[in-house]
Amino acid sequence: MAMSKETIRQRLTERFGDALGEWEEPYGLLTFKAPADANLKVLNFLYDEPDLAFRFLTDLTAVHYPDRKDEELCVVYHLHNLVENVRLRLKIYVPSTAPNVYTATGLFSSANWMERETYDFFGVRFVGHPDLRRVLNVDEMDYFPLRKEYPLEDQTRIDKDDEMFGRG
Amino acid sequence: MSEHSNIRLPEGSIGKTTTTLNLGPTHPATHGVFQNILELDGERIVKADATVGYIHRAFEKLAERRPLYQITTLTDRLNYCSAPLNNMGWHMTCEKLLGIRTPKRVDYLRVIVMELARITDHLICTSIVGVDAGAFTGFLYVMQYRELVYEIYEEICGARLTTNMGRIGGFERDFSNTAWEKLERFLREYPKAQRELESLLVRNRIFYERTRGTGGISAERALNYGFTGPNLRAAGVDYDVRVHEPYASYEDFDFRIPVGTTGDNYDRFMVRTEEIWQSLSIIEQAYRKVSEMKGTEAEVYHADAPEYYLPEKPDVYTKMEALIYHFKIVMGETEIPPGEVYMGVEGGNGELGFYLISDGGRSPYRLHFRRPCFIYYQAYEELIKGSMLSDAIITMSSLNLIAGEMDA
Repeated sequence: MAMSKETIRQRLTERFGDALGEWEEPYGLLTFKAPADANLKVLNFLYDEPDLAFRFLTDLTAVHYPDRKDEELCVVYHLHNLVENVRLRLKIYVPSTAPNVYTATGLFSSANWMERETYDFFGVRFVGHPDLRRVLNVDEMDYFPLRKEYPLEDQTRIDKDDEMFGRG
Repeated sequence: MSEHSNIRLPEGSIGKTTTTLNLGPTHPATHGVFQNILELDGERIVKADATVGYIHRAFEKLAERRPLYQITTLTDRLNYCSAPLNNMGWHMTCEKLLGIRTPKRVDYLRVIVMELARITDHLICTSIVGVDAGAFTGFLYVMQYRELVYEIYEEICGARLTTNMGRIGGFERDFSNTAWEKLERFLREYPKAQRELESLLVRNRIFYERTRGTGGISAERALNYGFTGPNLRAAGVDYDVRVHEPYASYEDFDFRIPVGTTGDNYDRFMVRTEEIWQSLSIIEQAYRKVSEMKGTEAEVYHADAPEYYLPEKPDVYTKMEALIYHFKIVMGETEIPPGEVYMGVEGGNGELGFYLISDGGRSPYRLHFRRPCFIYYQAYEELIKGSMLSDAIITMSSLNLIAGEMDA
């Protein structure tokens, strides 16, 4: 009675219609995009429906895509139904000028520090989070280091030609 | 008026009836790597505030400028009690992205290394729980067997703690005869030491009283807190990545997944103890499978992936393709195909996940580590609230907190 990817997709489309998009299956992991203000509705639906029951939050992180206009920051949820052993990846895109996403701490206690970490590195503001402070970096830091506009090394250095090494 | 009138105490700190205590140093990492500020009423814990991040080294940022093979050294430094396990997990993530299939022998060699790493990881945890309950002898006694495992690592890859073991596609060289001899010695001698450690603790009245019923968590809360690995299984959930999504041919092995019932310190200790026995059995099975292999199959130690696996040195000097590949790999000039992959392996402390996004460049576009320690440590306050101070110390060691993994 394994839950198929088609069933999950069908159930989600029935409930949310065309609001969900960018359906993909990279390396067999069902991935889709939800609108930024509906993330909690989707998570709640996936959690509550007895035949879906995605009740384990494996991972929560973000990715910065500076080239995607008005949706530069992507918050990625990895969910897991441990009984049926099915994984799911949910993506939420928000603009880096107003990176507001509803917190998932009400559903998953584990989201607390993971959201703090995501805030710490990307500046995603989780609306309703009980304690949104930096977790790994110092409190005085005034930038979000994993965003792409912060290069690892001083890019104006001219004494070193690193075209051959990594990302030139 | 005291002459130190310039010292400002926090508001309300004069009249309060509780004591503020900076817990530690008990665990090796409380010597400055992370901090627990407790609010105590007598010996009872009212509030706990954890500060982490003191050894954050920005691995995820560093990885964005490194070719794949240079990221292996970063994974060593996550859970440094079981570094080879992280290395293998990372290689398998790359192989999943690149679509490289590894021969059975490579899988079995990896299983041997990963299970050895799991034993050393659990060994530290189980014996340290003993130390925190007052039994130092057991810890020092089993450490000589961790030393033996480190000697095996040394034979395989030349390093002991931060191993940087293996390559994408397999191992840099085949296991030497000395490595196999040492492995045989470990399999022969270690069970006795493990039994002795158990006879010291498992039915010891003092240990029993200290660990049972302290630091417990229900299965429901543990799942909600994102627990994985032995800590989740101690609460009674039989989730193990090796069984749920087998990698490295784990489906070829016969082993059991021990589970606990109450998720307390004793259950966590017992689950890890039983997993050591299961790991020993897996190593024996893998060793048998490897020694039964015949012909060319018995000699292979890496996959055929010339673009990512360094060629043999004599070939580099004599063959054109080998020279080109050697140059491209060492200079990090190999383009990675674009893709998005999540790979979870069963680490020492739970599901160690690698979320790798490639945009077709030479290094990952984004790499995220799902570090089990970071995720379950946030439950620490809930685990120790209302308990005695001495329980907090033993709870921390039975969770097997590794600061390197927590802070990345």
